[in-house]
Amino acid sequence: MKMRSPPEPACLIDLSRRSGRIDRDIATAELSFRFAEFPAATSLTGGRERLAGRSVLLAVSDQLRTAAALIELDGLARRLVLCPPGLDAKVLHEIAAIAEVDAVVHEADTPPPIAIESALSAPCQLPLQPATQASTARTVTEWVLLTSGTTGSPKLVSHNLATLTGAFSTAGSDDVQNWATFYDIRRYGGLQILLRAIAGAGSLTLTNADEPLEDFFVRAAARGVTHISGTPSHWRLFLMSGTAHRFSPKYVRLSGEIADASIIDGLKEFFPGARVAHAYASTEAGVGFEVGDGEPGFPASFLGERPGGVAMKIVDGSLRIRSPRTASVYVGRDMPSLRDEDGFIDTGDMIEQQGDRCYFVGRRGGVINVGGAKVHPEEVEAVINRQTGVRMSLVKARRNPIAGALVVADVVLEDDAPAEETVRNAILGACRSELAPYKLPAIIRFVRELAMTAAGKLARNG
Amino acid sequence: MSIRLTIVSQVERVAREQKKTIAPLADNLPLLESGLDSLCFAILVARLEDEIGVDPFTVAPETGLPTTFGEFVKFYENAIAA
Repeated sequence: MKMRSPPEPACLIDLSRRSGRIDRDIATAELSFRFAEFPAATSLTGGRERLAGRSVLLAVSDQLRTAAALIELDGLARRLVLCPPGLDAKVLHEIAAIAEVDAVVHEADTPPPIAIESALSAPCQLPLQPATQASTARTVTEWVLLTSGTTGSPKLVSHNLATLTGAFSTAGSDDVQNWATFYDIRRYGGLQILLRAIAGAGSLTLTNADEPLEDFFVRAAARGVTHISGTPSHWRLFLMSGTAHRFSPKYVRLSGEIADASIIDGLKEFFPGARVAHAYASTEAGVGFEVGDGEPGFPASFLGERPGGVAMKIVDGSLRIRSPRTASVYVGRDMPSLRDEDGFIDTGDMIEQQGDRCYFVGRRGGVINVGGAKVHPEEVEAVINRQTGVRMSLVKARRNPIAGALVVADVVLEDDAPAEETVRNAILGACRSELAPYKLPAIIRFVRELAMTAAGKLARNG
Repeated sequence: MSIRLTIVSQVERVAREQKKTIAPLADNLPLLESGLDSLCFAILVARLEDEIGVDPFTVAPETGLPTTFGEFVKFYENAIAA
């Protein structure tokens, strides 16, 4: 008797076809391709079938080729390792060793960024070329993402298409959402947008490296973008840029950093027709939840068991999440366990509950210790950012021989801000009335800009 | 501006910001009775480092830490002379 084989797992190329629309595409400034071109076309000039069953390092320098390779290789490769831009050769070698990489996808006109003995070299190019279609057995591909920590080597976090798409419907929809994002799709936040776009009924617009914001918004408007996503730092930059181009998205999403009232209100004012929401997600914990009421923090009612198998709790001040969207493990030997025995992931994001609302107050370990009293930089920034004329701020520790450390603040002003002394007094006045005395910034410096990390977050190291 | 005047003006500013009432800054005024608390001193030392470029508290003092306002001024004057 012939055994019935189990149903084949859905892979990315299936999701891209569910809407039935063939004109959907993904575009940077100069290149694009349509999702419907696969599998009859390929970006992998050596053929994609030879990558079947391999652990593949995606090391092309641009987002678009990465997206093409992902669509082609999910369900085919054993493992896909997504490299965010800017990793040096030493780190790439470490990652390749941990992930047991045996194939490297790289740009067709340059050699692979690292030479790995016995690994297959897989050139990738756009525009897509016609492909011969060979049938290959499907597999559940492991997706490996790198944590965006600012210190040390990145950790390798194991996901698959199911954990990555758990926060939204992949059933195919008629609701055309044309997405754009400031994020890089090679990091968790950007990858979420790529997958939403692929599984949806619309197109996706990506930024080019070093593309001026104005140009990006002109393109986004021309391409009919309705849904757009970035970190609060991305959005502060946007509000600072004076971009006056008429662009009216329906939905503006913030994630990746704490969204305080000033940035949420700023965006609501700038995009009066848009729904402004902030989402909580991390590479390890996956998408936790979305807050759509236009207020910072989240309702305390989110704690406990929630629909869809999600549970959240606060232990020792930090948010713990259990959900089908969390990563399964860290890749590599001797790695700490991601989940506790009850299946919860400790996010390391510290929460303060005030009445029926929970607020993010910063990262564990990011606290400033002023003479034994703890200060979360973000709680001070939230007060500073509310003051008239303040665009953004960075609060950090300064070593001090008497208190151990002091709170100091770098502040970026808006173009039409009042005089520095006026703003300084307003900041001090507000901090004095809202914060304990040791949380007051001892020194306030006015600076032209603040550094951001490659992941689009405020650089907090140093 | 002399070191003394710089220190006096910063003490007054910190006291104002931290809502402290300070005693007249005479040389024999014990620092602990000046009206500034330890946080105020921490801020004062940071501000003075920015303003005059030295933090005498980070180098091991040969003469011991200052206990009066006069010694505090001298502490900075010596650090600059060193």
